[in-house]
Order: sequence, then structure tokens, then C-alpha cells
Amino acid sequence: MIDHILTLLIFFPALAAMLGFVVTKDSMRAYGIAVSFIEFVLSLWLWYAYDPMVSGMQFMESMPLIPAFGINYLLGVDGISLFIIILSTFFTMIGIASLTEKRHLKNLIITLLFLEMTMVGVFAALDAIVFYVFWELSLVPMLYIIGAWGGPLRIYASIKFFLYTFTGSLIMLVGMLFMAYFYNQATGMWSFSILEWYRLILPENFQLWLFAAFFIGFAIKVPMFPFHTWLPYAHGQAPTIGSVILAAILLKMGTYAFVRFSLPMFPDASVYFMFPIAIIAIIMIIYTAMVAYAQEDIKQVVAYSSVSHMGVIILGTFALNVEGVSGSVFLMLAHGVVSGALFLLVGVIYDRRHTKMMSEFGGIASVMPRYATIFGIMMMASVGLPLTINFVGEFLSLLGFYKQSHMITLTAGVAIIVGAIYMLSAYKKMFFGTVTNEANRNLKDVNRTELLGLIPLVIVAIWLGVYPKPVLGPINNSVESIIQLMHDKAQSPEAKERIPNLSDSSKIISMQEAH
Amino acid sequence: MLEPIHVSLASLNLATLAPMLIAIVGALVILVIDMAKGGLHKSLYVMLSLLFLLLDLGSLIDFAGLFLKNGTILGFFDVMLMDGLAILAQIIIVVGSMLFIPLALTSKRFHEYNYPEYFALFLFMISGFQFMVATDNLILIFIGLETASLALYTLIALHNRAKSFEAAVKYFTMGALAAGFFAFGSMIFYAISGSVEINQIATVLAEDHYSNIGYILIAVTFMIAAIGFKISMVPFHTWTPDVYEGSSAALAGYMSIVPKIAGFVVAMRLFEFLVHSGVAWLQVILYIGVVITMTAANVWALVQSDVKRMLAYSSISHAGFVMAAILIGTTQANTGLFLYWALFSFTNLGAFTMLWVNRQKNLLPGQSSDHPYEKFSGMVKTMPMGAVMMGLFMLSLAGIPPFGLFWGKLYMIGSAVSAGYTGLALIMALNSAIAGYYYLKLIVFMFMKEPMVGYEKMYFMNASLSLKTIIGIAVVGTIFAVFAVNPLLKVITLFVYNSGY
Repeated sequence: MIDHILTLLIFFPALAAMLGFVVTKDSMRAYGIAVSFIEFVLSLWLWYAYDPMVSGMQFMESMPLIPAFGINYLLGVDGISLFIIILSTFFTMIGIASLTEKRHLKNLIITLLFLEMTMVGVFAALDAIVFYVFWELSLVPMLYIIGAWGGPLRIYASIKFFLYTFTGSLIMLVGMLFMAYFYNQATGMWSFSILEWYRLILPENFQLWLFAAFFIGFAIKVPMFPFHTWLPYAHGQAPTIGSVILAAILLKMGTYAFVRFSLPMFPDASVYFMFPIAIIAIIMIIYTAMVAYAQEDIKQVVAYSSVSHMGVIILGTFALNVEGVSGSVFLMLAHGVVSGALFLLVGVIYDRRHTKMMSEFGGIASVMPRYATIFGIMMMASVGLPLTINFVGEFLSLLGFYKQSHMITLTAGVAIIVGAIYMLSAYKKMFFGTVTNEANRNLKDVNRTELLGLIPLVIVAIWLGVYPKPVLGPINNSVESIIQLMHDKAQSPEAKERIPNLSDSSKIISMQEAH
Repeated sequence: MLEPIHVSLASLNLATLAPMLIAIVGALVILVIDMAKGGLHKSLYVMLSLLFLLLDLGSLIDFAGLFLKNGTILGFFDVMLMDGLAILAQIIIVVGSMLFIPLALTSKRFHEYNYPEYFALFLFMISGFQFMVATDNLILIFIGLETASLALYTLIALHNRAKSFEAAVKYFTMGALAAGFFAFGSMIFYAISGSVEINQIATVLAEDHYSNIGYILIAVTFMIAAIGFKISMVPFHTWTPDVYEGSSAALAGYMSIVPKIAGFVVAMRLFEFLVHSGVAWLQVILYIGVVITMTAANVWALVQSDVKRMLAYSSISHAGFVMAAILIGTTQANTGLFLYWALFSFTNLGAFTMLWVNRQKNLLPGQSSDHPYEKFSGMVKTMPMGAVMMGLFMLSLAGIPPFGLFWGKLYMIGSAVSAGYTGLALIMALNSAIAGYYYLKLIVFMFMKEPMVGYEKMYFMNASLSLKTIIGIAVVGTIFAVFAVNPLLKVITLFVYNSGY
């Protein structure tokens, strides 16, 4: 069974969703929690069975799908995708467990389980078309979640979300077809396997165009400035569960795809575009932080801060060295945990007051002490306080980019520190001072259901902040092999120089470990 | 005194006529039965048509085996041409027709199905389309085209509504014009090459090094107009939305699939040798035609308020998308055309059938047309399975993987990429994004809005077991298309490649 664990992980929620049509409305919630818990345990089993010493793909599965056109059902995980898969199953479980939505709960849970299938599928796929299938399919449940359970502007927000991403990914699809065509030219065979594409060395100008095609698809998903305009709408209108999954998992698809596709396939182009993208990342960090500061709606603050942190992830990814990329992969997880938790927390207060305006609140800390504590911890994690999960990722990302450019890294570092201001000031507005609004005086503190979702997140945020090694180790291992591949494939002297050669140093480390 | 001509019957290879003759005999049998005893129920005629179509399909499969063994089969003074294209196209035509004819078994009574002539005309039309694709003789193409079209005009008019008459007359007048263009184009081809057979014309023109380029261009212009009309290329598309609106949803779905595949095959036979011979003008015209057909139809579809009209424009856009294969002209592209159309026929037939089961006899007060978007508002709350299935067809039409049409799009865009048409590939991809909006609009109405009072009674009011079966087949074909793509691709490639396209 362990040989087909990935197929099981992908299709178990989908199968459960279909059977879920039979379950009655009242029992649906328990059903959803049970299914997502089993799925989470399965993903933990995957982690348990994963060999952290191996840097390549594990649990590979292969089945011909359309062999005439080189499309195969090809799955596998390495250190990079393993933890994002666990994050997906974890958040689906937490999301369903802490669901407070009352309307059409059955449809919502079925949709969430389908969404879980697509999320795991994206991160486990090793064939570009299989990847694309899940990537596109993930839009549909999210469209429904935003459009059916969202706020007053939900239809506009959901369509904007869908069309933006759809357009970007179609351009990416053309890029994929070109990649397959070049592969066909080089070998005489059709293949959409990512691992096969890794072996293809393309001339630099081809790389630049293909990089651009893939970039549009990924950048819209991340979303990178200036393609980010769909995100505030989506977050603003989405129900809590929608925002949580969107911020924690769906956005990671873009950054994950950069690491999986762009870097190893186009090393020269990655170096070529390193600084332009770094500048976009800096703009993302600073500009969205400023916009976040100007918001009056706490959910928008969290949404923009989420975009801001995505900028750091991009910066780390395009450091193109082990520290940077490992840091950015770790930060993806950290960002998932922290921003997911923050959206859940916003949902808690929204359920009680049906408003997200910060001016409506003030002095909540005295009424809801537990809520204020958890919010405080998560906010500290969000601004990157040492010993919290975000710090590890941000530090490594910046350290990685520091090797490429001091100036940009310093700007980014300062921007992150300044970015703390808006979170702290938002916190101050909401929680400190005296209770000014009578409506807030009798608010109930977080209840058991909500704690069920929040406590594990707090534990993870602190545990991985203090001791990141169990996660960082396998990530590091896989990233090293990607960086080495990039170095070997790079053609231009600049790229050879920018992307470190690990073959000497890594041997020394592994020898030391052997002793 | 003239010598008597001796033709041995064996050399005629009359078997090549078998598929069409089966359809014609079927039509005659239906007429004879009606003469012997009138007033029989439509279910009899539906089943008879289905049986004859099955026989037809059987003979085609027989020919497919022969083709793979011996190559192209000629017959009847070499007028009949049973090559891979002909066999593939006929299979699509017959299978499409077999999926269509059970739609007559509605639970509500409709005027047209009370006439046995409806079914006879239907079979005559199929034989017409079969003649059209199974020859490269311009005259026989013309005869097939006219047989099929005249039958089709009548089928539309039989729907017996003011709008249907309008549609039929409109289609008839425009069709007559197109027929004129076709005759004129053939005439010029005959004048410059002395032949009405496309391969002869190609040989003569090539030997001649295209010296009569002026005449060729005029002939090609007429031909583009004639065939462009059949496959509703912009700017010859103006009849399409009105005719679809006027005819029953079932027939509209049929018209969006079967006549067009016949048109594509003729276009493939006629234009591809010209495109390959480097008549740059034709390439440019086709390029512009393809891009405009895709894009403009998409933009028009955005502003429609009726689902059937939206689907009409969408089918124009799909036709434009597929026409790109004729411009590209590689084996991969031509394979893509058939693959796309086979997948498209399932999805589109499903979508139109979903309209057909919701067809009401009288409009509600304030209702502007048969199928306004509002009719489907909040359908997920009153009829969840129906909404999910309709949503599925919309997603497939929009090209969301892993549903049927995505694989066709993938292969078509892939063929554009392989042939070096980068710009075209991007335009095709972006057009799918534009199209996403109007398909999504229906999904938004069905899933995100509140139900409107009065419409919920209409859902599935027309559904009978056979209609539900057809929808079921379409759903299965749409969801599990991915498993059918590989065998389809292999077979189609084999047939297309061995026919020399």
C-alpha cells in the first residue's frame, strides 16, 4: 500500500467526497472531520516512511495515460513537496474541524474534500500535464466556495479570481507544450515528465521565453506585484475557510512551481531574471506593507501582509543557492501556518460581531484574553520574531540572497522590520486600551471548537521555530540536488558563478556525517 | 455509331456505396411503412433509424478494417473515395446522429416528431453528409451538400414555430447563396484544370506551376465563402445564432457538430494542398479567418442573454479553433481536428440536451426567450444533479482539465506549437480564457444565485429515460475522456496519416 500512497492521498478525499453525497446533512460535519483526519494520518505515514537521506524523488508511481503524446500519470515526492502535502492535509483537517459556517454545510464539505484532492495532486505530480490538470481543477472548488459562501461582492471576486488565474495558466500551458516540443526535437519522443525535462539543456534565448511563459502562470498564482489585484478581492469576499485554504495552500502552488519548474529547467534564465524579480519582490514587500497599513478592515490587513511575505519567499527562491531556496521552501510552510491561523482568528471575531472593521473593536484583550494571547503569538510569528516559525524561513531566505546582493537584502530586511509596524498597530487598535464599543463588552472567548483548530497551529508555529531540523533537513537535502543540477546545467559564465557548485562541499558534509 | 461501353460490375466496386445506401434504404423503409399504415408512434421510427444507423456504422467499421489492410478504396468510376478521412468523418457523423435521434423521445409531445417524414429526411440528410465526405469529386460533394442541406432546412421548419420558419427561410436563402458560390468555384477550377476531382486539380495545378494564379484565387475565394458558410466562419456566420435559436435545442446541438465535420473534411481536401503549395494569399486569409472567427465569436458570446445563443456563438468559436488545423496542415493538426471534434460532439451534445430537457411549451410572463440565463438561476438548490452536469459540460467547453475538450485543445495547441505557429498558439490559448467568462456566467447563475420562482418546474420537464441516457453518455464521455484519448489518438493518427494528410 505504501507504494501507492500518493495515489491514495490524492483520490481518497475525492472518493470520500462522492460518498459524502449520501451522508445526511446533520452528520456531514463529523464525516468531513473523520475523512480529513484519516487523510492527515495517511500524510503523516508518508512522512514516516520517507527516507530523509535520499535527495531525489520517492514513492514514484507511473502509469501511461496518453503515451502517444507522452503524457503519463507520474507521481513522486521529495523533501520540497512532502511537507507542503502534509500542510495541505493538515489545513483541510483544521479548516473542516473549526468550520462555523451553517449554510449548505454538506456542499461546502464536499467541495473542500475535492479541493484537497487537487491540492495534494498539484504537489505530488511529476508530469507537467498531470500538474496542470490539478492546478486548473483547484480553481473550480475555490470558485464555488468564494462565489457561494462569500460576502456581497462574492460573484465579482470569484470570477476575477478564476479568470486571472485561468488566463495565466493557459499561457503557461503553451510554455509546457513548447517544452515538450523541444524535448521531442532533442530526443524524438514526446514527454511531459518534469524529470525528463530536467535533463534537457536549452539555449539561453529559448530559456528566456519559456521562463517568461511559465512566469506569467506562476506569478498570477503567487500573486506577485503587479498581478496581485485579484487577491484582496478574493480574500475580502471569501468565507473564513476559503481565505484560510487560499492563503495557506493555494498561493503556495505558485512559489512551489517556481522551485519545481523554473529554477531547474531554466537556470540561465533564472540568473538572467534574478534581479528584476528581486526588485519586484522588494516592491511586493514594501508596497503591500504600506497598503496594509492603510487598511481599516482587519482581514485586508492580514491579506496584504500575506502578499508581503510571499515577496520574501520569492526573494529567497531567486537567491538560487541552498540557503535561500531551503529558506523559501520553509517559509512557504511557515507562511501557510501563520497566515492560515491569522485568517482563522479573523473568522473567530467575525462570527461574533459580523464586522471586520478595526474601528469597531478596541480593548478586546480584557474581554477575550485567550483570543488575544493566541492572536498575539501568531502576530509575533507573522512579523518574524525569533523562535517562531517565520523567523527561520525569513532569516534563511535573506541570508541566501545576501550572498547575491547586499543592497537588495538590506532593503528587504529593513522593509520586513518596518512591515512589523502595521501588524503591531493593528493589534494595538483591536486589543489594547479600554473597551469603547458596548457591543464588545460581552463577547465570548474562543470556544472549544475554535481552540481545536488554533492550538495545533500555535504548537507548530513555536515547535518549528525552536527546532526546525526535522523539516529543514529533508528540504535541505532535496534543494541541494536541485541547486547542483542547476549549476551543472548552467551555460553562461555568470550563471555558473551565481549558482554555487556543491559537489565538493556536499561530499565533505556527507563524509562527516558518515563518521 | 457509338461503341457500347463495357464496364464490368466488379470494377465499379459498388460496395463503396454501401454506407450511404443503408441510410437511404432506411429512409425509404420508413416512408413505405408510413404508406402501409399511418399514425404509428414515433418510438418505432426512432428505433428503426437507430437500427439503420447501426448497420451503417457496421459497414463503416468494415471499411475501416479494409482500409487498414489495403489502403484507400476507390469505387464507382473512381468517384467514391473511401480513405481514412472519409471513414473517420463518417463514423463521427453516424455516431453523432445515433446520439441525436433518441432525443426525439421526449416526454412532452412535439409537432415535428409526429411526421414519419422527419425521420426519413433525417436519414436522407445523413446519406448526404456521407457522400460529401466520401469523395473528392466536386460535383458529388455538391450533390451531397445540397441533399443534406435541403433535408436540414425542412427539419428546422418542421419545429412549427414562427421563429423556426424564420430560421429555415434564413438558412435556406443563405444556403442557396453558398451553393451558388460552390458551383461557381468548381466551375473555375474546372476551367483551369479540366477536372472536377480535387487530386486531379492538384496535379494539374502543380504541373502548371500555378501559372493561372489569378483564376485560382478567384476560385478559392468562392470556395472559402461556400465552405465558410457551412462551418460558420466569420463573416459567413450571421445565420448561425438565429437558426440555432429558431430550431429545437436538440437539432441545434446536432447542427453544431455533424454538418461541420463534413465541412471540415471538404475544406481539408480542398485547401490543404493549396496551403502546402505555398499560395501565400490563402494562408493569410485562412490565418485571419481563423483568428477572427475564434475571437469575434467569443466576444459576441460574452454579451448574449440567452444560453442557446451563447452556445451558438461558442460553437462558432470552436469551429474557428478547429479551422486552425487546416491552416497548420500537419498530420498532427489534422489528427487534432478529428480528436477535438469527437470530444466536442459529446460535450456539446450534452450541453444542448440539457437545454432540450428544460424546453417549455409556453414562455412565462416576462421571459424573453426559451433559455435565458435566469432560467438556470439557483438550479443547484432545486436540482443539484442537473446543475452539476450542466456545470460539467460548461467546464469541459471552457477547456478545464481533465474534462473532454481540454485534451482536444491541448493537442490542437500542441500541433500549432510543433508547426511553428507560436502566435497562433498563444491566440488559441487566450481565446480559451475569454471563452471561460461566458461559460462561467452560466455556472455563476446555477451555483451562486438564488432560484427564481416559476422556473424550477421546467427543469427536466421534457426528460424521458432515453434523454437521460443520452445525458448520461455525454457525462461519462466528458469525465472519462482522458482514458479514451490515447486509443482515439492512435486510431485517428493511423487513418489520417495513411490518407496522406
